Order: sequence, then structure tokens, then C-alpha cells
Amino acid sequence: MARFGSDTRPIIGRGPSLVARFLLLAALSIGLMVGDHRNHYLTTLHNLLSTSIYPVHWLVDAPFSATHWVLDNLTDREQLRRDNARLTTQVRDLQVSVQTLAAVTAENQRLRELGEATEEITKKRLITQIMNVDLDPLRHRVLLNKGQTDGVFKGQPILDAHGVFGQITQVGRYTSEAILISDPEHGIPVRVNRSGLRTIAAGTGNLNQLNLPFLTGEADIKVGDLLISSGLGGVFPAGYPVGIVTKMERNPSETFATVEAKPLAKLDSDYEVMLIWYQPPAIEPAITPPSAPSSSATTDSTALKSDSTANAKTPAASKNNKTKNNASSSSTKSNHSR
Amino acid sequence: MLQAAALNQITADDIFNIDSIMSSRSGFMHILLSTAIALLLTIVPMPHMLNMGRPDWLLLIVIYWSLNAAMVTGLTYAWCCGLLLDALVGTLIGQHALAFVLIATLAQHFQFRIRVFPVLHQAIIVLLLIVVYKFMLFWIDGIVGTAFSSWLRWVPAMIGALFWPVIVAVLDTSTRNIR
Repeated sequence: MARFGSDTRPIIGRGPSLVARFLLLAALSIGLMVGDHRNHYLTTLHNLLSTSIYPVHWLVDAPFSATHWVLDNLTDREQLRRDNARLTTQVRDLQVSVQTLAAVTAENQRLRELGEATEEITKKRLITQIMNVDLDPLRHRVLLNKGQTDGVFKGQPILDAHGVFGQITQVGRYTSEAILISDPEHGIPVRVNRSGLRTIAAGTGNLNQLNLPFLTGEADIKVGDLLISSGLGGVFPAGYPVGIVTKMERNPSETFATVEAKPLAKLDSDYEVMLIWYQPPAIEPAITPPSAPSSSATTDSTALKSDSTANAKTPAASKNNKTKNNASSSSTKSNHSR
Repeated sequence: MLQAAALNQITADDIFNIDSIMSSRSGFMHILLSTAIALLLTIVPMPHMLNMGRPDWLLLIVIYWSLNAAMVTGLTYAWCCGLLLDALVGTLIGQHALAFVLIATLAQHFQFRIRVFPVLHQAIIVLLLIVVYKFMLFWIDGIVGTAFSSWLRWVPAMIGALFWPVIVAVLDTSTRNIR
């Protein structure tokens, strides 16, 4: 910088020029971004940064959790009595509806053994609070108050009382960041409960809307259908409700139908959500199946599973590539099309 | 790290420099405190509509110090702020850092010109800087494949520029006695 006055530092002992320092730091930032985006190398740095920023998160959240705690502790006797009565009724109702469940579960297990399909096992559940901090409003992320010290891991599924909520994207020491199923970066493998049709529900950036972009006009799906997690992809356990189809439009001139769904989980009003640890069904069967037809069936399902794993991990990316190939490389364009 | 950077700068201090006074211990505290408050304001929960228009507090603070105490808060300060912001809101590590460094470089390069402008004129320059910053973030989002293109993305730039006179008033007043 030869320009007079652009550099405030004295002539003796001045380090590299402004532009040189800018280039150095910019290169460093780009290196970090590439490392973070491509290979997720930067776990240690992530950990360090999230731990050092934890006081800020804690400080902002503290008044809210304190209020919550105080209100919890100050409920009066009358309130407790009412709650108790309500919960007792609820437990009785639930017990009645659960009575047949044991028989159904046993039958299901028997049928699965007949079909040599292994069942996934939920090992542990943990209730966690959503911290009351506002992250980037353009992305659907929330911060949970459980982290590495509680055994939270990346890719862990999160449920709420009504359905699938999201999954963990970053784990810090005391906190972890979760992505909601409505984030445009997220896709969840689902199955239509009525017809068994498998597809992927992608987030749209709207809390009340999911998109099902890969369904053709002939797909067996209609408004009001329940979407449940299919368990393919290995992140979410199978059988949990995800959403209800709200819109189905077949346009004869286009290959794919326009299908939209509304998430069942209360994405915007939840305070507590549930982290679950579960064991996905083994992809390789432990015992080789005796008969030829069943063996081919197993390999088929295995191939399907691994295929959809790859699919589920990068639905947004693959979609993006597609749009990019179609409509030049302008990023604005590809984003409008979503 | 910041402290070390600040100490390095002090050893090369120049008595004729206007912002050398900011390298005192008190000035350093002002910088640290304003940064911490900006970090808090960035994530304080607000109703959805206000949240969409939340100004980039930390960027405003970084611009202010880049204009007024460039010797103490070098580019490293801006870069560290960017990294902290990345960790705070959970974006790609380095995304905000890069944008912050770019803005701090621009602000430092033009600091003598911008500093003599009247405050409303400064607000227009700040608006330009925030737009460049927002575009940088938008651009990186686009490369990574998650860009959210809506006019809502540009609202905080406008509001941030409107808050510039407030930032200047508050920080100028608080640092008056050490100038």
C-alpha cells in the first residue's frame, strides 16, 4: 500500500501490508471452510470453538431456563392436584390402548423371524432441552443443552412427542447443534404408511412444509396420507411419524409430481425433545440364509439399503447438482428453483 | 491471542497516531466488552419478525473499531470475531471469518476518509459494507449449496445501517474520557 495514510502503523517495525495480511487470513479462512465442508477434519477446532463460545450461549439461555425452573418449583398444590388427576387419566387411557400392543409386538417379532428380518432396538432415550438462543434465522437449526459429556453423537436422531424432529449435526462439549427436518439442507427417507411407497422428504426452509421431490405422476400417494420414517439410510429408526401429505398435484407435462407434506413434530414450539440411541438392523445377516430365493431377497434389500444410504445423505447436494446442470452455474437460479 | 496482538502493536506504538490511546488497558476493555455484548445481542431470542431483521451487531462493532482503533484491532481481531460468530451460530467454520476480514480490510483502507464524514454519510458507507458482507455470505452459501435467496436476507443490512449512528454515539461517549 503505497497510498499515503492508508497504513496507520509506524514505518519501523510495521509487519506485512494490509493487503498481505488480508490475503493471508482470507486463505486461512478458505482453508478452514474447505476442511470443514469436505472432510469434517476440524472436530478438534469445532470442539474448541464451541466450548469457548459456550458462556455466551449459557448466558443468553440462563434467564429463560431460570424462569422455567422457578415456575416449575412454584406450582401450587391445586395445580399439582389437577396435573395429577389429568396424568392419572392419561396413563389409564394409554395403558388400555397399550394392552394389545404386547401381543402385536410379539406377533410382529414372530413374523420378522419368519421373514428373517432383524428388528432395530432402541437402547436408550434422553430428554433434552432446546436452548433459548436464536441461531441464523435463515437456517433451521437449534441448540440442545446436551453434548459430548452425555454421549450425544453426530447424526443422532431426535424425536418429539408427535414425530421426527431432526438430527444432530455438530456435537460440542456441553451443547450440540441439531438440524430440523424442515431445513432445506435436510432430507429424510420416508414411507407412505398406506401404500408402502418409499421416497425422500426434503426440507423447504418453511417450518410447516416438506417437499417430496422424487415422486412421479403415477405414484400411489394422496392428500392425507401419513408419512413414516422408513429406516433406510441408517440415521432414523423406522416407523416414526414424519408428516401428513397436504398437497398432491400431477402435471402431465412434467415427470415429477408436486407433493408437499406438513411435519407432525411441533418444530416451532417444542421446548423439550428426545434424543434416542438405537441399533440399526444389521445389514449383513449373521446367519447365511439356507434357501436360494431368500438369499437373493436379502442381497436385494442390502443393495437397496446402501443405495438409499448414499441417497439420504446428500439429497440436497444431488438435487443441487441436478439443477446446476440444467440451469447454468448461477447459484441464484438454482436456489430459486428449490 | 487478542491480548498478544494488542501488546505487539503497543511496542510499535506511534505517539503521533490518533488511535494509539485506544491501546491502553481501558481502551482494550472497551473493545472486549463491546465485542461480548455484540455476541450476546446476536443470539438473544426475539420474535420471528424481529429476528429476521436483526442487525449484524458484531459486524457493526468490528467496523467501528476498524475505523477508530485499527492499530489495536488489526485484521486478526476481525478474523477471531468471525470465527467466534461461526461457532456461535453454527455456520461453516471460516465463513463469517472471511467476510469479516474482507470488511475490516476495506474499513481500514478507507478509515481516514470515512472517519471525517458526518455520521449519516458514514451510515451509507456502512450500508455498502454490510451489503458486501451479506453478499459474501450469500455467495459462500451458494457454493456450499444451501443459499436461501429471498429479499428477507437483505433487510438486516438496512437496519444495521440505521443503527450505525446509535453505535457511534454509544461507543464515542463511552470512550470519550480516554481519548
